[in-house]
Amino acid sequence: MNTENLVAPWVVQSFCAMIFFIGLSGVLVRRNILVILMCVELMLNAVNLSFVAYAHQLQDMGGQMAVFFIIVVAAAESAVGLGLLIAMFRTLKTVDTDEIRLLKE
Amino acid sequence: MDISPVGFYLFAGVAIACSLLVVFKKSPVSSAFSLILVFAAFAGIYANLAAHLVAALQVLVYAGAIMVLFIFVIMLLSADEPSFDMGRSHPLVKALVGFFCVALFVMFVWALKKSDHGQVLVGPYSVAAVAASGGNSKVVSQLMFTRYILPFELTSILLLAGIVGAIALAKRNLGKEGK
Repeated sequence: MNTENLVAPWVVQSFCAMIFFIGLSGVLVRRNILVILMCVELMLNAVNLSFVAYAHQLQDMGGQMAVFFIIVVAAAESAVGLGLLIAMFRTLKTVDTDEIRLLKE
Repeated sequence: MDISPVGFYLFAGVAIACSLLVVFKKSPVSSAFSLILVFAAFAGIYANLAAHLVAALQVLVYAGAIMVLFIFVIMLLSADEPSFDMGRSHPLVKALVGFFCVALFVMFVWALKKSDHGQVLVGPYSVAAVAASGGNSKVVSQLMFTRYILPFELTSILLLAGIVGAIALAKRNLGKEGK
């Protein structure tokens, strides 16, 4: 197999970094808490892909094992986070983070 | 990396376009459906990187369970009115966020490109070795129940804590409404 036809590892890692920073900018800019949680999932996925790419590059299974545990944590996080979101919506009737100012008032 | 460039660039392009849509779409439902496409594209890249079990779990857990939860909550709260929340933040804030994200990304690319020598100390799990010893799923499962048994058991405690926490959150509100 000739080498110039293949994807370099730094290209894959740069792609992960790009997805991560798209997610980070979404977390920082958006005010809808549903979209913020989705952007957090985006960042988690970018890190997962980085792990899998390094596992492939270094021929080590540790990266893929880490991805399993991250997926479990992400599932628990989104379940609890969306539960909190529903509890918040019941009292505040909004999903907008600008409207959450109970401590200020 | 011995992965097919066509597959990688195709899935990567879809993932980047759809993740931009997740951030910039005004309606949460459009964001959620773009996110499903991102997860599907990521599953394709995992399969390309010979991580077949991770690809299957990505489809099952992320594109299946987590996205169903998200869309369920959006529908339950009927929170699908388009929000113009990005226009509300200060232009300076948006410019700063954009600048820092792009600057950090450029720094990452520079560092990754610099550190990519091609000479790395590789482990025993090459694609050929994994295929010879029964495939990705078998090797990963054997590792999970031998070397990684402690973190695996700890995840069950984490999931239990998550369930108890979610029920406690829901139940406290129910009790308050009952009184």
